[in-house]
Amino acid sequence: MPDHDTAVWLSKSYGLVYLVALSLGVLLYVYWPANRKRFDQAAESIIRYEDRPWR
Amino acid sequence: MQVVADVIAQFTGAERRGAFFIALATALLGLAMAVTGNGDSFGAHGALVLAASIITIFCLIRSFDKPEPSSERLQSYYDEPTKAGIVLAMAWAVLGLFVGDWVAWLLVYPDLTFDAAWASFGRIRPVHTTGVIFGFGGNALIATSFYVLQRTTRARLPDQLSPWFVLWGYNLFCVIAVTGYLMGVTQSKEYAEPEWYADIWLVVVWVTYFAIYLRTLVRRKEPHIYVANWYYMAFILVVAILHIVNNLAVPISFGSAKSYSAFSGVQDAMTQWWYGHNAVAFFLTAGFLGMMYYYLPKRAGRPIYSYRMSIISFWGITFFYMWAGSHHLHYTALPQWVQSLGMTFSVMLLVPSWASAGNALLTLNGAWDKVRDDATLRFMMVAAVFYGLSTFEGSFMAIRSVNSLSHYTDWTIGHVHAGALGWVAMITFGAIYASVPWLWKTRGMYSARLVEAHFWLAVAGTVIYVFAMWNSGIIQGLMWRTYTEGGTLAYTFTDSLVAMRPYYMARAIGGLFFLIGALIGCYNIWMTIRMARVSATNTAADLQDAPVAALQPGE
Amino acid sequence: MFGFHYRLERKAIGLVLAIIGVASIGGAVEIAPLFTIHQTVEDAPDMRVYTPLELAGRNIYIREGCYACHSQMIRTLRDEVERYGPYSLAVESKYDHPMLWGSKRTGPDLARIGEKYSDDWHVAHMNNPRNVVKESVMPAYAWLARTELRTDDLPNHLKAMRAVGVPYSDAMIANAAADAYGQAAPDSPFAEGVAERYGGATTVRAFDGDPGKLTEMDALVAYLQILGRLTNAAQKPVASAEK
Repeated sequence: MPDHDTAVWLSKSYGLVYLVALSLGVLLYVYWPANRKRFDQAAESIIRYEDRPWR
Repeated sequence: MQVVADVIAQFTGAERRGAFFIALATALLGLAMAVTGNGDSFGAHGALVLAASIITIFCLIRSFDKPEPSSERLQSYYDEPTKAGIVLAMAWAVLGLFVGDWVAWLLVYPDLTFDAAWASFGRIRPVHTTGVIFGFGGNALIATSFYVLQRTTRARLPDQLSPWFVLWGYNLFCVIAVTGYLMGVTQSKEYAEPEWYADIWLVVVWVTYFAIYLRTLVRRKEPHIYVANWYYMAFILVVAILHIVNNLAVPISFGSAKSYSAFSGVQDAMTQWWYGHNAVAFFLTAGFLGMMYYYLPKRAGRPIYSYRMSIISFWGITFFYMWAGSHHLHYTALPQWVQSLGMTFSVMLLVPSWASAGNALLTLNGAWDKVRDDATLRFMMVAAVFYGLSTFEGSFMAIRSVNSLSHYTDWTIGHVHAGALGWVAMITFGAIYASVPWLWKTRGMYSARLVEAHFWLAVAGTVIYVFAMWNSGIIQGLMWRTYTEGGTLAYTFTDSLVAMRPYYMARAIGGLFFLIGALIGCYNIWMTIRMARVSATNTAADLQDAPVAALQPGE
Repeated sequence: MFGFHYRLERKAIGLVLAIIGVASIGGAVEIAPLFTIHQTVEDAPDMRVYTPLELAGRNIYIREGCYACHSQMIRTLRDEVERYGPYSLAVESKYDHPMLWGSKRTGPDLARIGEKYSDDWHVAHMNNPRNVVKESVMPAYAWLARTELRTDDLPNHLKAMRAVGVPYSDAMIANAAADAYGQAAPDSPFAEGVAERYGGATTVRAFDGDPGKLTEMDALVAYLQILGRLTNAAQKPVASAEK
């Protein structure tokens, strides 16, 4: 049976690690140099001609 | 009727049979409900389901023998459900806004209830909230998500039946919900009022909706999924989680509408506001952000300012929002550690929220001339501004000391409407005005001036509404906590009620402006559709009479 | 082609799982411990369950959407305690499926409205609030006094409540309809059973002023009169907070 102290302990230890890992993961994904081209393409893609399905 | 027949004519044989069996199954379900719930509102809803199914079966049978469509249809996107969804969204907007204004007037003239149960404030308020949030907002989200999904993946919807099932089933859910309130069927959980059978039905519809999304995504051209779809996906997935958990309940029998929530007291309060706040987050924010990330760049003709920022905000919103619900329960019997968590995350939420709003506005940098001339784009611009304003206000109100004043007052109502009218409705009107000409293949809306008129009515209505509620809310909150020099409470509750009256009147007038704007929008959309039909018939006539057509200038 | 497809599918599913994973944390951390941490809900040995009549009244309160304008949660703020009474404890809504804490006070808080006003006052107020409070904006609920209360399904209501954890006994379930009638008809033979099953302190009165007919007004007034009175725990908050 987890009580209040367990919850506090969990959030201060693994919770913190999880939070930091999550933010790092997102930031790494977003700023990974190889992904840059893909993002620019995606942002441009909706402006391009898209009048029909591709196949 | 012709429209329905045309839709069915587009169905393949298998799809027609599928539709028939689904309608037959729901008819039987409706019949079973009507029988077991005889004498209860449950039975009335059974009759409603039965009637809707029989009408559907009737339509199907009439067009069953039409020739099957050619494979040419696969060469273009399947936009018929989107068109229907937009029309339905506008119809719900008018109904929901009308009822909203009606309940607003009820607080000014409380005797307008004709001594009838269905007409009292408590029963028609949820008709308003469900009508605008789920009827208007939901249909707009479903309609635009199908549109955006197909364009961004460059893939056609996987089949033609399931989108119609989603649209039909979802609107059936909404109709069951609002007719239920009028009969007194409600769980009393705010924004989750429909009873257990409607909730189960919505799960079926929602799973189908999710499946459409996934099936289309795996047929896409680009490996990368455009960010608008992330938001739409988060909307679909998280709403499913919230809906299922918060609505867990035990019905008193399988022939009765009434159920008892699985949770009670403090746990129920936390679950409800975890649901309630994230309905705001994932229904009214994530879904509409998806809309914004497609329609705003598209209409402005410029890519989103920072695609990377849109991804960071996405994960920020998805993670932070889920913690924020407990700020609805400051100073209550909820343990303080949960309140503190809710407050902390609500304040942090400002970062991804403002990143999104800023991203939208910076996209318009360099296109301000378009914003000036084009009311459609201006709708979206104002939406982004109100999104920024109301998210700031939301984080502010989540601070415990501010909340001690604002909670239980009209300030909350003002805040909600700054978001709902200013952000949700404005971005939706912008997206609808953008896509109607694209969908019905006209050069533009029937009247740009009417769009302009709608825009100004909507802005004026929102501003009047929000200022009235800010005033009344803060006055109310202050009056409740004011002490005389002798150390006793200075005002009775009734004193504060009397002070509200002018603001309640102003609010009702602001709401009326907004309603008139939406009516003008309906007329404009209707005329655009007619315009498209007339030109389509003309083109067809021209083609039949080829030599003459050759002499005429093209449309 | 299979490889390309597979990659796309994996990516879409990955996104789905990531969204579910990231979004579930907040709710799990805030909600799950509320069920397991014992201190969340105070102990109140004197707490009793709602009688069938009160439960029926509560359902009318829900049906009419009263919660949209009336809260039942007094916050731990000085002005609220002075205006409405001792602040609400978690245990007081332990048997509330669902809770009716509310979110808006277009009208006043009702957490401790029980026995503050007479039955007559409530009946007059429901028939037309403006007869009692001139400035009121509450709708009139005059039809409640004209509508007979449905009691035949009350055993099912109690059974469902028991299924979600409220300790109704078999006798309470079996006699639910008779107890509902008896609580509003003090001179009838059914009145005694109410005190027997729900405690001697249970109010047995003709709430709408007419003991002969059981109406929805009886039920609603019975419910309003029990609000804040299922337990005395809040009257001695210091003692229970120490536990």
